Amino acid sequence: MFSINRGDVDYEDLQLLKKLVHMNGDALVSVTGAKDSWPENRDTLLNIRNLRIEATVYPPGESPKSVILVDDVSLTLKRGRVLGLIGESGAGKSTIGLASMGYGRGGVKITGGEVILNDRDILKIGASGMRKLRGREVCYVAQSAAAAFNPAHRLMEQVVEAALLHGMATRAEAEKRAVALFKKLGLPDSETIGRRFPHQVSGGQLQRVMTAMALCSEPDLIVFDEPTTALDVTTQIEVLAAIRDAIRDTGVAAIYITHDLAVVAQVADEILVLRHGKLVERGMTQQIINHPHEQYTRALVSVHHIDHKQNDGGNAPVLSAKGLTAGYGDGAIKVLRDVSLDLHTGQTLAVVGESGSGKSTLARVITGLLPPLAGSIQFDGRQLPPLLGDRSKEDLRQLQMIYQMADVAMNPRQTVATIIGRPLEFYFEIRGAERDRRVAELLDKIEMGKDLANRYPAELSGGQKQRVCIARALAAKPNLIICDEVTSALDPLVANGILKLLLQLQRDEGVAYLFITHDLATVRSIADSISVMYRGQVVRYGPKGQVLSPPFDPYTELLLSSVPEMEIGWLDRAITSRRMESAGN
Amino acid sequence: MESIAKIIGQRVAFGALTLWIVSLIIFAGVQLLPGDIATELLGQSATPETVAALRKSLGLDIPAYLRYFDWLRSILQGNFGTALANGRDIAELIEPRLFNTLLLAASAAVISVPLALIGGIVSALYRNTFIDRAINVVTLASISFPEFFVAYILILFLAVNAGILPSLSDVDQSTSALGRLTAMALPALTLAVVVLAHMLRMTRTSIVNLLGNQYIETARLKGLPEWRVLVRHALPNALGPIATVIVLNLAYLITGVVVVEVVFVYPGLGQLIVDSVQKRDIPVVQACSLIFAATYVLLNLTADVLSIVMNPRLMRPK
Repeated sequence: MFSINRGDVDYEDLQLLKKLVHMNGDALVSVTGAKDSWPENRDTLLNIRNLRIEATVYPPGESPKSVILVDDVSLTLKRGRVLGLIGESGAGKSTIGLASMGYGRGGVKITGGEVILNDRDILKIGASGMRKLRGREVCYVAQSAAAAFNPAHRLMEQVVEAALLHGMATRAEAEKRAVALFKKLGLPDSETIGRRFPHQVSGGQLQRVMTAMALCSEPDLIVFDEPTTALDVTTQIEVLAAIRDAIRDTGVAAIYITHDLAVVAQVADEILVLRHGKLVERGMTQQIINHPHEQYTRALVSVHHIDHKQNDGGNAPVLSAKGLTAGYGDGAIKVLRDVSLDLHTGQTLAVVGESGSGKSTLARVITGLLPPLAGSIQFDGRQLPPLLGDRSKEDLRQLQMIYQMADVAMNPRQTVATIIGRPLEFYFEIRGAERDRRVAELLDKIEMGKDLANRYPAELSGGQKQRVCIARALAAKPNLIICDEVTSALDPLVANGILKLLLQLQRDEGVAYLFITHDLATVRSIADSISVMYRGQVVRYGPKGQVLSPPFDPYTELLLSSVPEMEIGWLDRAITSRRMESAGN
Repeated sequence: MESIAKIIGQRVAFGALTLWIVSLIIFAGVQLLPGDIATELLGQSATPETVAALRKSLGLDIPAYLRYFDWLRSILQGNFGTALANGRDIAELIEPRLFNTLLLAASAAVISVPLALIGGIVSALYRNTFIDRAINVVTLASISFPEFFVAYILILFLAVNAGILPSLSDVDQSTSALGRLTAMALPALTLAVVVLAHMLRMTRTSIVNLLGNQYIETARLKGLPEWRVLVRHALPNALGPIATVIVLNLAYLITGVVVVEVVFVYPGLGQLIVDSVQKRDIPVVQACSLIFAATYVLLNLTADVLSIVMNPRLMRPK
């Protein structure tokens, strides 16, 4: 017989305990303490019980079937607290977040469980009850604010819309509140920014306006769905701090959805780890980060720990770019200015920078898609013609490329064998049984089974697709592969697998990589030398050890200090040191 | 704003170019018509001498390209020439007819455009339900029938059986405003039925196409009722394509009325062109064709300008 004092435990925990010890029909637990000293749902804002969500899918050539997206997930959220939902794509994070508003995207349906918000099950209040709750009790902040704002209306009109709709304020009051929120979220021109249209405001600012829009009707709960994922790392830190402070100051509760554990560690009180629609682990942020219980959580926490010793490479540069200047519109807009780089045989040169820094343009120039306005490219000791059409088949073979979106880089109507076999036919004229043997060999190299040879790209997972693209590049036996953000679209664990594979292939085949990325963690794990780009120029270039050690130039310092670290309190420190620095200047 | 003035300027220039090409085609087309106006006017029994004299007085003995430039020059000066059949000034002849046609087109538009917009929104709101399908079937059926058939059906029911509307739309200067409206009711209704479907379907499709956008989800998650989501958030973004289709249909209302005007004996431009073709009154045919072409070009230009004006991204650059 257990004896429990009401003052010692949470309501939820007690219910669970009671359930567990009720097994033989005998109550094995007795509860002591005054009943009214412990009002049942006093603090609980949201209580999701045994949630089950299904979707109807229409596989080509088959009859429609139902798939389970979320299975038996329960969670509770107290007023004013922040719960982080973390997991890979397909884990059901967004689906659960939207379910807390009673909303399912497309054919998604909540088929089981309860969603108790403010003491009532919102799955039972009907469509009109749900409409009264959305935008009033719960608000939503989407990943891409640029897509989430209506291009036809001014920002202010959209920010105050929910508050006006639900009759919570007059227009004048709502607009006044919106301006105060703009100010709180650190938006410039807070008085007038509301008069602009969405396309007139930058991505980071738009994300803040979206947060202000959610806060404007003073909801009890905000669902943040990857609000900083689409932003550059140096913008992300500011937006993250603005969101975190706004949550703190207004006392609103939040569900914060992200795939980045380091980000969620900065804002959440508690974290829920999900995988394939099921709950993996739940705990306080501190515990999940520092002492994860489950194997999967441990893998998530240690995701970027790849051991790669800096390889100093051979002496001959395989690629040597000198003074490359390139641009669009007959050079009216210069995207690259005087870029020089050397890449040695069997080495990885990481080109890192934010969007708009010219990284992808550099790849276009090297591959000959965009002839440079000035400068030259030496490849394997010979001059490379600037235009793709002037290059020999041999030049083309030695320089291969892997793209960010494996999905669109493959013909959806060709099988894996055709896709990988094509370079073999084109460059080496290998056909028939010999080709099939080589394809099988390549599939083995990318750690995929032979039986996948007859599949179509649509039948592969994201990671598998990227592996097929790697095999296709490898089939040409190139000296250099340009990897353009090859892991950006992948989940961290899958991306990790791809990076390990690339390193393994480099050791086996001696191929050099020009690795374009915005992700400094990836750079740390695989680069031998690094070139940091900013507004079309190389601001820092050298071996990895040197580039990543102080003293830094201001931009590299900013970039490095913006990468979230998996450490509670990192955001505060980073923001404080940034503010102090700008005050010192 | 400067760039918008530039875009509009470009469109106007293209419009002028199109009109010029059209004038060439009209002139060339008329030249290719079999028969000769002089023989036609004088009849079978005319002597070769009288025919030659008439040809000369009509200027038909001058080479075609010279006649084209003469024609073009006088049109640019606002002079359409005189009708062969009765020697009247063509501008004077066309003016009341054009007014009648424009009035008929306007009445048809006043009926059909609001109906199309409302019908399209209702159809989108109840998409894939019985209501949507019913609207779909009715409108598709109405464009599948030829106009004269729709006209006769309407005459049968509203004029012959019910007897509430006249089946002939004979109006002139002396007709009162009310008389005009009653007289025009049936042709206007016929035209409205014919153009309604296209505009309605486009409104529905344009709205439904936008529903997959993230900002529609944002609007729904604010708790907006579905009709407000459609009207406030989808419709403003769909106005570009809808305006284009509406304007094209308006152009059709003006230029495609020939059959309807003939059925109802309505004294519009369509009637005039049919009569003139029968009489081989070439200058009138040319003038009417050019007016039709100008209407098309002008209305298309309006559609282009409208879709620019309604897009804040073009109106307010960063």
